[in-house]
Amino acid sequence: MSRTHVTCVLNGDEIDFLCNDYQTLLSALRDELGMIGTKEGCGTGDCGACSVILDGQLVCSCLVFAPEVEGRRVETIEGLAEVDHLHPLQDSFLEGAAFQCGVCTPGFLMAAKALLDRNPSPTETEVRYGVAGNLCRCTGYDKIVRSILDAAARMSDPERQKEAT
Amino acid sequence: MTTTRTGYKWVGTRPVRHDGLDKVTGRARFGADYATAGMLHGVVLRSPHVHARILSIDLTEAAAMPGVKAIITGADLPDIPDETGTGSEGGINFRDLSRNILARDKVLYEGHPVAAVAAVTLRAAQRAAEAIEVDYEILPAVLSLEEAMEDDAPVLHDDLFTLGLDSPPDRPSNISRRRVIARGDLDAGWEEADVVVEREYTTKAVHQGYIEPHAVVAETGEDGRSTLWCSSQGHFAMRTYTTKVLGWEPGDMKVIPAEIGGGFGGKTTIYLEPLAALLSRRAGRAVKMVMTRSEVFRATGPTSGSVMRIKMGARRDGKLVAATAWMAYEAGAFPGSPIGPGVMTVLACYDIPNVLIEGYDVVLNKPKVAAYRAPGAPMAAFAAESVVDELAEELGIDPIELRLRNAVTEGVRAVYGPKYRKIGFVETLEEARDHPHYSAPLGPWQGRGVASGYWFNFGGETTATVSINEDGTAVVMSGCPDIGGTRAALAQMAAEELGIDVHRIEPVVADTHSIGYNDMTGGSRVAFAVGIAVVDASRQLIDDMCARAALIWDVPREEVEWVDGRAQSVTGAAAPLTLEELASGSGATGGPLSATVTVNPRGAGAGFSTQICDVEVDPDTGLVTVLRYTVVQDAGRAIHPDYVEGQMQGGAVQGIGWALNEEYIFDRNGVMENPGFLDYRMPVASDLPMIDTVIVEVPNPDHPYGVRGVGETGIIPPMAAVANAVYAATGKRMQDLPMSPVRVLEALSGD
Amino acid sequence: MKYRAPTSIDEAVELLSAHPGAEVFAGATDLIPQIQGGRPEPSLVVDLKRIPETVRLEAENGFWRVGAAIPAAVLTAHEGLTAAFPGLVEGAGLIGSDQIQGRATLGGNLCNASPAADSVPPLVALGAEAIIVGRGGERSAQVSEVVIGPSATSLDQSEFITEFRIPAPSRGSSDAYERFIPRTEMDIAVVGAAARIRVDGDGRCEEAAVVLAAVAPTVVEVSAASGILEGRVIPHYSGRDAFWDELGEAVVACCNPIDDKRGTAEYRRKVAQVLARRTVVTAARRARETL
Repeated sequence: MSRTHVTCVLNGDEIDFLCNDYQTLLSALRDELGMIGTKEGCGTGDCGACSVILDGQLVCSCLVFAPEVEGRRVETIEGLAEVDHLHPLQDSFLEGAAFQCGVCTPGFLMAAKALLDRNPSPTETEVRYGVAGNLCRCTGYDKIVRSILDAAARMSDPERQKEAT
Repeated sequence: MTTTRTGYKWVGTRPVRHDGLDKVTGRARFGADYATAGMLHGVVLRSPHVHARILSIDLTEAAAMPGVKAIITGADLPDIPDETGTGSEGGINFRDLSRNILARDKVLYEGHPVAAVAAVTLRAAQRAAEAIEVDYEILPAVLSLEEAMEDDAPVLHDDLFTLGLDSPPDRPSNISRRRVIARGDLDAGWEEADVVVEREYTTKAVHQGYIEPHAVVAETGEDGRSTLWCSSQGHFAMRTYTTKVLGWEPGDMKVIPAEIGGGFGGKTTIYLEPLAALLSRRAGRAVKMVMTRSEVFRATGPTSGSVMRIKMGARRDGKLVAATAWMAYEAGAFPGSPIGPGVMTVLACYDIPNVLIEGYDVVLNKPKVAAYRAPGAPMAAFAAESVVDELAEELGIDPIELRLRNAVTEGVRAVYGPKYRKIGFVETLEEARDHPHYSAPLGPWQGRGVASGYWFNFGGETTATVSINEDGTAVVMSGCPDIGGTRAALAQMAAEELGIDVHRIEPVVADTHSIGYNDMTGGSRVAFAVGIAVVDASRQLIDDMCARAALIWDVPREEVEWVDGRAQSVTGAAAPLTLEELASGSGATGGPLSATVTVNPRGAGAGFSTQICDVEVDPDTGLVTVLRYTVVQDAGRAIHPDYVEGQMQGGAVQGIGWALNEEYIFDRNGVMENPGFLDYRMPVASDLPMIDTVIVEVPNPDHPYGVRGVGETGIIPPMAAVANAVYAATGKRMQDLPMSPVRVLEALSGD
Repeated sequence: MKYRAPTSIDEAVELLSAHPGAEVFAGATDLIPQIQGGRPEPSLVVDLKRIPETVRLEAENGFWRVGAAIPAAVLTAHEGLTAAFPGLVEGAGLIGSDQIQGRATLGGNLCNASPAADSVPPLVALGAEAIIVGRGGERSAQVSEVVIGPSATSLDQSEFITEFRIPAPSRGSSDAYERFIPRTEMDIAVVGAAARIRVDGDGRCEEAAVVLAAVAPTVVEVSAASGILEGRVIPHYSGRDAFWDELGEAVVACCNPIDDKRGTAEYRRKVAQVLARRTVVTAARRARETL
């Protein structure tokens, strides 16, 4: 079966890849592009471990057919940090001990980024619903929610932002 | 070795964990993240039936399909004698393990592996698996404890005769073992009791629910030597089990630990590993196998469903004087439920003179259970702590006060035998009682419950190496996978000893060929047991470095002491030598600086937790919402308080899930109806409040810093705490888990 | 399985006509899990999202035209739509997590033909029409006529829905949707209820529609509701007014639920009454607020 050639913008870079039409975006990222930061926890959109941002919209990459991303922008965990510093969410997750095993962490970070992009100062409840599509079995969510709230505070406070960089 | 100090520099602080950066950037490699060039993909063909005889397996069509490189069935695995090995989560029977990995003459649950296929693509492997023709003779199934224990129940194993009966049985049954614990004089106890409560409780099978599915890459060479990359709670055990099942030599297999995406006990055994290794041997190529979530639910884990009858009696003054417990746990398709720890822990919080506990390990046509966080204890505590709550109400005594009047303390003999050493149960109760949460006001349809829990904790066989690099940095090497921050904790203890910055230490989880044997990451043992080995190794190194300084200074060894990361002359005769200086010049003083310590420590230090839960119940829908939750737990000493709190919070939330919504749901044929995260309802972030924590520190005298295991205890009290809170809110005692909206509304309608 | 993303209705209809095993999709949030769960893979999947008509959202001539392939996240962020149909937006906003919201669509939610679809009861309550195209050209159908049973629609193999036409709400009219799930997120409705209420200048109910999800093989309208509620000033549910019992009885009469892994038939009957009352109260309050 001939494979489909797909061109998209991945973490800011125009890239292309070959895939079978039945492959998901998750499979294309991991198996074709070697981008293993995006995780598979269920393959049915119920755990959020494979969360990526597609044209600004948070999605489960396991529920997107790979050819769908032709001409579109994809953001993954690998693109979250800048060259010389982490995203404030990454700093907060590190300092706030927001993960134990860490396998859900990339998905949580992408969901949290999408949330803060849309709502820079969410309430605790908004944070909880904003990451309700992401399962974490280790932490009980407490430190994740606190870390996202902390990142929001850092990002809205120019002093703390300067400090971080 | 048992000296304890206060005023630590690193112990008790919260440094950023060493593996953190990899985990927030997506660089960390978990089980499914490994790949080798040219590797094949393997899949498992699983039984659609819960109980059937395999009449024939026809591989002809599948083997001829394009891209198919190897197919194996039960006939390809050697027969294993009926013998039991040990591990940190209890005994394991290798013959049963082998038969769980690939069915032989019978399949015993839906999802039981029947064959495995390796092909050039995952699709080709899946298609070939579908083309395997298996002829089954359906057998009558046993789907509940009640059915399984009936005299005329269909029997899963013709050679299973109940152990532990007063007289040996003359025919096989589904009850593999009876466990009894007894002491005192029950009749006298009941005589003394002013109030007696007796209730029956049931719980359903629940899954560990780790987010990372099981995954392995195996590469077996032409010489029969193999390498496995896999995520597990212990790569040494993976090697032992896998080679045992295959009849291979352990020394011929190297297991490289991947990062592990959650285990909670469920990754203490093998499923895919021998299949991948053997397929690789047959195909001459590496083979990767990754479970789907549905396979994880249908064929790994879970922990036991249970039926328990508890009877407890107390005097008017609140003294518990007698108790009986009858407990039956589902083992799944093969013997080995956690009934042992179930009977040992069910009454372990209390000093009760007259006791009879009887437990049964029962096989039925469901997936074989695996360890799950404090195996066997949470369901037992649900039952016992619910009865204690009822007694408190009947007696008119505050439930924490009642527990205080009966709490076990140092020197008291545990119901299962040994005397407790230094423990902090009373302290957790007092902290809970004095916590503002316990006296906060409640609104209508709101209620508060408390419950306690006990867990043994475990030591286990351990090797650790501490090495100093030429720049004065250090490597701390162990062989225990880091599930939740143990790298950081081990580095902190080494930093404290060596007197260097914790981030000048690199903690490493080494593979089976790079360090001596280590038991699994389980039993809440790593900070305790590996911690002891790391501290010992650090102290050996310090001794060595002091000796070298003495050599350089030409003074007696006794005149050198180690202070703040430097060798110092007691007499001030020489300028101190830093770790860097000693390390860079080590060639001249005796060679590299490295120390390896092996230990098998006892005295893991029992853990106790007391938890407070507030709920609100919607009387129209039966929905239970947890409003506030506080976990009080004795950690002995919290090396990294963030990750101690994390264990307490995570355990509590798993327990809340177990209490409210999690359950295996089977159709009438025994097929699991909810093998996915959509309908196996683990708590999501919006279901929960913050989980408050109070770390009690009653140091464990058998650890240099006082560590007790903290990983498991937190999951034990929640189900009873939630049930007691639901009672306080509604006046209804919930005796069956989960307390789903359907069940709660039924109870509310029962007036 | 092949993937195609036509950019016009004609191209899509042609593909579907030429490939008997083809299936359309928009968000794929049902399709991919179903394939994962063992449903045979279609030979061709036709992505509708690049057809302009399926992603259009506008109000004109007394109607709202809502593209069938617009993701829920876009609908919930749309202020005009939210003001006009708060209940529909509630329903769309409850389809799964934020991740699912980024993909799931009204067209997919309807054509997946689950009785538990959250956006379907409000569409039915609003009297929405589905615009359907296919080999035979364009036709329209009431949303309530599209689904004929679990996983079955009245569309033929070449047909798909391009958009929904929803009558713009008149003054004094509003809607609401509520569902019950055991968690707060990530579950399929155990029961759902939508209500649309129109009130007169005095706040009395002039017209009512109550539609239930997950209590029968398809969503069901409680046809007696309008008669029961007409002329009432709908207050908070207190249990004292007899008409609430009448509504409850009417709701139960429409229920034909099953016992399944998500709830029992008895539970669904009870909670359907609860949710019907709650959504009627909410829709009536919103309706009064438009006066």
